[in-house]
Amino acid sequence: MIELKNVKKDFGDLEVLKGISIDIKDHEIYGIIGQSGAGKSTLLRCINGLETYNGGEILVDGVKVSTDDKEGLRHLQKHIGMIFQNFNLLSRLNVYDNIALPLRFWGIDPKSPEAKQKIDSLIELVGLTEKKKARPRELSGGQQQRVAIARALVLDPQILLCDEATSALDPEITKGILALLQDINRKMGITIVVVTHQMEVVKQICERVAFLKDGKVLAEGKPEELFVKPIKEIKSFLQEESGLLPSEGVNIQLFFTDESSDEPIITLMARELGTNFSICWAKLEDFRSNVFGSLIINVREEDKERVCSYLDGKKVSWEVL
Amino acid sequence: MLQIILNATKQTVYMVFFSTLFSVVLGFIPAIILTLTAPDGLRPNKAVYETLSLIVNIFRSFPFIILLVLIIPFTRMIVGKSIGTTAAIVPLTVSAIPYIARVFETSLRETDPGVIEAARSFGASDWQILFRVYIKESIPRMLNGVILLIISLVGYSAMAGTVGGGGVGDIAIRYGYQGYHSDYLFICSVILIILVQAIQMIGNYIYKKIS
Repeated sequence: MIELKNVKKDFGDLEVLKGISIDIKDHEIYGIIGQSGAGKSTLLRCINGLETYNGGEILVDGVKVSTDDKEGLRHLQKHIGMIFQNFNLLSRLNVYDNIALPLRFWGIDPKSPEAKQKIDSLIELVGLTEKKKARPRELSGGQQQRVAIARALVLDPQILLCDEATSALDPEITKGILALLQDINRKMGITIVVVTHQMEVVKQICERVAFLKDGKVLAEGKPEELFVKPIKEIKSFLQEESGLLPSEGVNIQLFFTDESSDEPIITLMARELGTNFSICWAKLEDFRSNVFGSLIINVREEDKERVCSYLDGKKVSWEVL
Repeated sequence: MLQIILNATKQTVYMVFFSTLFSVVLGFIPAIILTLTAPDGLRPNKAVYETLSLIVNIFRSFPFIILLVLIIPFTRMIVGKSIGTTAAIVPLTVSAIPYIARVFETSLRETDPGVIEAARSFGASDWQILFRVYIKESIPRMLNGVILLIISLVGYSAMAGTVGGGGVGDIAIRYGYQGYHSDYLFICSVILIILVQAIQMIGNYIYKKIS
């Protein structure tokens, strides 16, 4: 359980975090999304004490994160693994030794049988058994991130922090890394906090997400709640354009964010109301293997009331544009 | 002639070897202090960094030949005399220490800050970061610096003839240039070229091996 209570931080005159309160539950995958400069990475670094904060409080499993208590902070960091945008592997160590490095920091002999077994099983988990002796520069970006993930897991953390971990990777590799993170979350029950500016990441793995802008949380909830029917600021972040809509009649946008997306609403409505309308724009998205989306239809002025009440009856949320 | 040149080569190797050894060991310490106290270091301390940095710069600005003469009393204190091959090691070392300090500092500070941050995120102490990350990652760069140093010391050692240091460069100046023996000049030059080339090749080989 990670509790952020009114966390504030400034670099001199520049306020980066303006009172952020978030609760991250155990075993969940939590996303923090926003444009660069929104304070996401700073916030993430406050959780494991890589950054200090000026106000508020951060509690990890009830223990306050404080950079004043160096020894206490080290022990906290032992339970929090972290991966980075640029992987940050040691260039002169091979895959095995990179993964073993955190063990050395904690005085555990990486040559002991238990350590060997652990490192080997992690290498297997991330699928790099063939590359055990390879140096980072002989690996692709995706493989390097896999090494970094194994390294972050070697101390058996309860929490894994991901700082733009897929931003330097191409979409296909990103999918693989996200699947791996999800797998780790399920198998090991590790809480994962993901900081990203990539919508795909949030949609594919996050159970809950906070949208950050200018150091404040603008919205928090399930990704489908935030992004299918986005508030104004998120809309501008998504840069979604519904294109040119007809100027005649009424344009109604329908949002499918729950089970209603299983029912053939559109054709049912046309048949039951005995009316015609055109579909002007539609978008379907995959959220953790559920499909959600929205649709804009154009109806005649006189049908508006009937269509709206029909949609209300079907519990579909809608909005007249 | 062969005997003279062979002897001189031995002297050059002797002077260069020991001045490199001592300056690397002694230059390492200020390099570490500079790295730690630098603004982006693990223990930033402006006063210490600026002071040490100034001292390094002062020593680096002396022309070698001037330093050689200036520190004669110090040389006498260390080796008991101010003349001879062994005595020449002292000024060579003194001039090389600030150079090594700067080169090592630069090498260490080139370490990817992301890697240092990763180490911190796993709970590494400052000392662990210094040894297991900074130094470990910088060794190939530091080696390059040492190779450059050895080659400049071969050059500087020629001036050590001024204090009776001997060496190939000294022979080239005294027998070859001042004594109008162009054969000495030629052979000495060839030996120096071979020496520098060999050092560079060995350096490149080790660099390849360890990086």
